[in-house]
Amino acid sequence: MSASKSTGGVSPLWQIRAAIDPRHYWVLALLGLVAPLLGWGVASSLDGVDKVFLPGPADVLSRMWTWAVEDGLAGDVAISTWRVVAGWALSAVIALPLGLFIGSYRSVQALLEPLTDFIRYMPAVAFIPLVMLWVGIEEGSKVAIIFIGTFFQMVLMVAEDVRRVPLAQIEAAQTMGATRGEIIEKVIVPSAKPALLDTLRVTMGWAWTYLVVAELVAANSGLGYAVLKAQRFLQTDKIFAGILMIGLIGLVIDQGFRLVHRKAFPYLAGRH
Amino acid sequence: MSARIEIHDANKVFGHGPRAITALESADLDIRPNEFVTFVGASGCGKSTLLRMIGGLESLTSGNITVNGQPITGPGVDRAMVFQHYSLYPWLTVLDNIRFCRQLKAHTRDRTSADVEKASGRADALIRLMGLSHVAHAYPSQLSGGMQQRVAIARALMSRPPILLMDEPFGALDAQTREVMHDLIRHVHRIEGSTIVFVTHDVEEAIYLGQRIVLMAPRPGRIDTLYDVPLPAERHQDMKLEPAFLALKREILERIRETSGMKTDLEQLARLNADAAATAQE
Ligand SMILES: Nc1ncnc2c1ncn2[C@@H]1O[C@H](COP(=O)(O)OP(=O)(O)OP(=O)(O)O)[C@@H](O)[C@H]1O
Ligand SMILES: [Mg+2]
Repeated sequence: MSASKSTGGVSPLWQIRAAIDPRHYWVLALLGLVAPLLGWGVASSLDGVDKVFLPGPADVLSRMWTWAVEDGLAGDVAISTWRVVAGWALSAVIALPLGLFIGSYRSVQALLEPLTDFIRYMPAVAFIPLVMLWVGIEEGSKVAIIFIGTFFQMVLMVAEDVRRVPLAQIEAAQTMGATRGEIIEKVIVPSAKPALLDTLRVTMGWAWTYLVVAELVAANSGLGYAVLKAQRFLQTDKIFAGILMIGLIGLVIDQGFRLVHRKAFPYLAGRH
Repeated sequence: MSARIEIHDANKVFGHGPRAITALESADLDIRPNEFVTFVGASGCGKSTLLRMIGGLESLTSGNITVNGQPITGPGVDRAMVFQHYSLYPWLTVLDNIRFCRQLKAHTRDRTSADVEKASGRADALIRLMGLSHVAHAYPSQLSGGMQQRVAIARALMSRPPILLMDEPFGALDAQTREVMHDLIRHVHRIEGSTIVFVTHDVEEAIYLGQRIVLMAPRPGRIDTLYDVPLPAERHQDMKLEPAFLALKREILERIRETSGMKTDLEQLARLNADAAATAQE
C-alpha cells in the first residue's frame, strides 16, 4: 500500500502525509535519538571544553551509575514519579467530570471557562509561597504545585474533546429517545474517549515539566531536588543525568499511553 | 404503524435583531399516513430546518407541528432520523450500532424475554435486508460510504418508527450506489408502512422516490409548490426515461431556477470566455 501509489517520482518519505514503511520509521526514530547524542559526545570532547561546562556522555553515564548504586537513584525516581502521578491523577479526577460538564452544557461553560482561562495563565511557580502557606511543606505541597500546573489546562482540553463529539452522533441518540444522562454515558463519553486518553497523555508530560518547580518547595528527595542540589555544587554531570532520567521516564510513560490507546481503540485502525 | 404529520403556519427565525434570518415562513403541509414525501429546493431554502423541526431537534418560532394530533415538543421514538453522515458510533460494530436503541430506557420499559427475542430477530432481519451480513461485526470505519448509510438506515428502522426523516442521506454516495439505495428505501417504505419525509437537492431522486414533492424556495424559506408524482406505486429505474418523469423533472428544475434567484449571468460568462481567449492568444 505504501509504495504502490503513483507519486510522480517522489519517494514516499517526502510525500505529504503518506504512510511510510515501519522499518523506515524505526531507523529514522533511532537516528533522531542517536544523532544528538553523537553530536553531544563530539562537542564535549573538543579541546578547551570544560567538563564543568559540558560533561560528556560517558561522564554522565558513570554519574548515573554511582547515583544508582550509592546515592539512591531508585528512591528519587520513585518519589518523583509518585508526586507527578499523584498531582496529575488528582487533576484528572476533577478535570474529567468538570470538563465533561463544561463541554456538554453551554451554561456551565459560560460559568467556568473564562475563569479557568484566566487562572491558567498564572505561572505555577508564583503559587509556591501560597501553597507553602496553605498546604504546608509536606508531600502535599509538591503534589499541589503539580496539580496547579496541570489542572487548568486539562479542564479546558477535556472540555474541547467533549465539544468535538460530532453533533450528528448526539442528535441520532436524541431521535432514538435517549435521555440526557444516556447521551452523556452512551454517546459523549465513549465518543470522546480516544481524545481524552490523548489529553491525559499530553498533560502527563506537562506534569513532569513541573517536577523541578514542585521540588523547589522544601524537598530533600526526588529527581528535581537532585538537579537543584547538583546545581548548587556545580555537578553538571548530575544535572545532565537528572534531566535525562526525567526524559527517559517520560518516554516510557508516553509509549505506555500510546500502547493502551492502540489496544483500547481497535476501531480506529480502519481507514482515516 | 403509520402516522400523519400536520404542519400549521410553521415559522422559524434564527438569531435576533438585524441579523435575524427567516429560515422558514408560514409553512403549511399535511403529510398522510404512509406517504413518501420528498423536499427539494435551492440551497438555504429551509429544507433541513423544516425536517429538523418535525424531528423535534429544532424548535418553532411560531406555529405548530403535530403527529397524529399530538404537538411535537422534542425528539421522540416515533420519529427516527437518518443524517447525511458522521452519525454512526465508530466504537460499536455494525450490529451494535443497529441495536443501539435497545440500550435505551425508552425502548426497554416493558421488556419481556419475548420482546428481547423479537428485537434480536429484527436486528438480524435488518442486517440481511440491508445486505450487511458479511460485515455485521466490522466497525463503521471499515465500511464504504454506501454501507455506512445502510447501517444508519437499519439503526433508524430498528425501533419500528412510524415516521422516518431523512436529510440528504445519499448525498455523499456515487450514482450507482444511490440507485441501489433508492430501491432499498422504497422497499422499506412498502413493507414497514412508515411515513417517510426525505430531503434532497437531486430532483431525479425526489421524483423517483416520492409520491409527492414539496418544492421550497429561499429568502425567506417557504413552501412554494406541491407536485403529485404521476408514477405508479411500484417504481423501477426505467421510469426515469418516461416522458411524464422527464416533463416533471424539467418543470421542477425550472421552478427551482426561478426561485433560487441565482440566474446564470450569460453576459458575465461571455466576458470571462472572451478574457480567457485573449489570454490564450498572447
Ligand atoms: N443553527 C442555525 N443558526 C442560524 N442560521 C441557521 C441555522 N440553521 C440554518 N440556518 C439558516 O437557515 C436557512 C435555511 O437553512 P437550511 O439548512 O434549512 O437550508 P437547506 O434548505 O437545508 O439548505 P441545503 O440544501 O444547503 O442543505 C439558511 O439561510 C441557514 O443559513
Ligand atoms: Mg440541508
